[in-house]
Amino acid sequence: MTQILKRKALALVGNHAVAYAVKQAKPQVLAVFPITPQTTMLEKLAEYISSGELKAELVRIESEHSALATIYGAAVAGARVFTATASQGLLYMGEMIYWAGGQRVPMVAAVATRAIAEPWSIWDDHQDFMSKRDAIWIQIMAENVQEAYDLTLQAFRISEDERVIMPVMMGFDGFILTHTMERVEVLEDYEVDSFLPPRQFNLIDFSDPIGVGPIAQPDEYMRIRYEAMKAMERAKSVIEEIMREYEKISGRKQYGLVECYKCEDAKYAFVTMGAWSGDAKVAVDRLRDQGIEAGLLKIRVFRPFPREKIKEYLRSMKGVIVFDRAVSFGSGGILANEVKSSLYGLEVPVYSVVAGLGGKDVRPLHFQKVMEDLIEGRLEEERWLL
Amino acid sequence: MSLITQVKRIPKFYRGNAACPGCPIPRELDILIEELGEKTVLVVPASCSTVILGDTSGMPSTVPVVHSAFAASAAIASGIVRALRMRGDKDAIVTVWAGDGATGDIGFATLSGAAERNEDILYVCYDNEAYMNTGIQRSSLTPKGAWTTTTPEGKREFKKPLPFIMAEHKIPYVATASIAYPFDYQAKVRKAKQIHGFRYIHLLSPCPPGWRFDSSLTIEIAKLAVETGVWPLFEIENGEFRLTSVSKTLLDKKNRKPVIEYLKLQGRFSKLTEEQTKEIQESIDEMWEQIKEMVKK
Repeated sequence: MTQILKRKALALVGNHAVAYAVKQAKPQVLAVFPITPQTTMLEKLAEYISSGELKAELVRIESEHSALATIYGAAVAGARVFTATASQGLLYMGEMIYWAGGQRVPMVAAVATRAIAEPWSIWDDHQDFMSKRDAIWIQIMAENVQEAYDLTLQAFRISEDERVIMPVMMGFDGFILTHTMERVEVLEDYEVDSFLPPRQFNLIDFSDPIGVGPIAQPDEYMRIRYEAMKAMERAKSVIEEIMREYEKISGRKQYGLVECYKCEDAKYAFVTMGAWSGDAKVAVDRLRDQGIEAGLLKIRVFRPFPREKIKEYLRSMKGVIVFDRAVSFGSGGILANEVKSSLYGLEVPVYSVVAGLGGKDVRPLHFQKVMEDLIEGRLEEERWLL
Repeated sequence: MSLITQVKRIPKFYRGNAACPGCPIPRELDILIEELGEKTVLVVPASCSTVILGDTSGMPSTVPVVHSAFAASAAIASGIVRALRMRGDKDAIVTVWAGDGATGDIGFATLSGAAERNEDILYVCYDNEAYMNTGIQRSSLTPKGAWTTTTPEGKREFKKPLPFIMAEHKIPYVATASIAYPFDYQAKVRKAKQIHGFRYIHLLSPCPPGWRFDSSLTIEIAKLAVETGVWPLFEIENGEFRLTSVSKTLLDKKNRKPVIEYLKLQGRFSKLTEEQTKEIQESIDEMWEQIKEMVKK
């Protein structure tokens, strides 16, 4: 059944779209430290609070480490919480990222992805986001401003779902999305209220005092980590379920752990994550015009990693090219490694392309060229687009 | 039948915890929790207290405890108190219980940030003057001349004057305290409980294995720290400085015991030369001259 809805649409840059979603999610405590390219989001949140549109405590904190520590404390004490950062800021948060993941509290952090120093770069890549892949956080990434808005709302819901209870990191490309204005369809406040009921999580009970995060002896430690792994696996179906529910509210069919763009009948596929998935789609269309049966598998949820979906969609491809904006030095493109491991045992050739580091421009043409090289047998197993 | 009715005191911090013999921490916490009441949250960064507070199978505290990464406690406490207040809880006391390393070194930016924002939290530093949980390494609060495993020749630098630094943040309440003067300590906690905003209490907390003294001497040494003037007991309420307890009588040098009486009981000072001891005595006298100025104001 198709429902035609007249949606309110706003022209928003990515940072403001996420801030708008946060305002609608009604967190009670926020702690955000300024860092490019996230800062305009912090400013917008401060405006919402100052004008009374968002009734929350915004802690003007002295560092990112403390920003995450503050929302951790607030989350433990029962508040819905939010922070945002990028690059060095995410690294500086690093210890607390693991802390919050290990304790498994609901919280949402937006990461305006940005390259890591040295050398200094304020421009986009995914090295910051990918560096937190083992921290017991659900990690999702947006392709465009609309998706950044939608995923932010979904992130709160996923994070607080009792079958999951885990922090969620929503990545969206620095500048490419944070500072680009797009038409964004937004939900009405009452719709968000019903999608995101008040949070039910609190560890501070004076009548039943507990120690939150004490020492765990080896058996117990191992058991806690195993529970986290099981929760991650469980989260896959929960995320799909929540995204489907959101789809019904928004009326936009676009969600799941992965997005398959013309890959059902494709023989060759790109795999991407983030903003350049849009460029890859343009490339797919152009390649199809040339008679090449190309498709795209966009990874929307990176943790838990959608192994099964990757197998399902890519199992009979003649060639898969994974584009990475982040590298495990001495090993290779991080996403490529994950895709290869998911396809283990199947005879699918997987090629790794490392590109766009530190904001280096990548266009549809680059995707086309690499695909043409693959088909003509000229593509190396790993290529850097220098 | 005895004519004296025994007052049965219910401990707020259970015995049988993992503290070393002679460690004052359990008693310090017992008094703290008793004064603050059951609507208290303790936030505890990495320290001896992490171990003392048990593990996933149980804890000796009778109030909720939130464990913290080393540098994060004042920030975690800020978050907890903001959340509790947003929930409409106006009277719960969020208290950081941290060692000197977490307070004066790794967590100092966090502490300073929370104080500058005047967060509604009580911060108690129990100062045992080194990283004791990792095995006696020097901190910025280790006193000059003291042996630690990382200052085998004795520490060369002075002890960071943290209570005064905290007072410079213009927070509503700063106090020093000692387990040898429990009523003074208790009164300060009671006062801090009534105040809103950032409150800071700095407890000198002798450590038998770290300071190299017999575990039966904890209180005696804590007492000597005060009597020799090494550890002045005072409070600064809204900028107003006031000596408390026996420290009130120590402005006159004649009333202060020579520092050697404090130093000689501790193995960590056993290698001090006469000259170094003299230098320590001079620095104490100098500090008291400054205190005189503060009292006059």
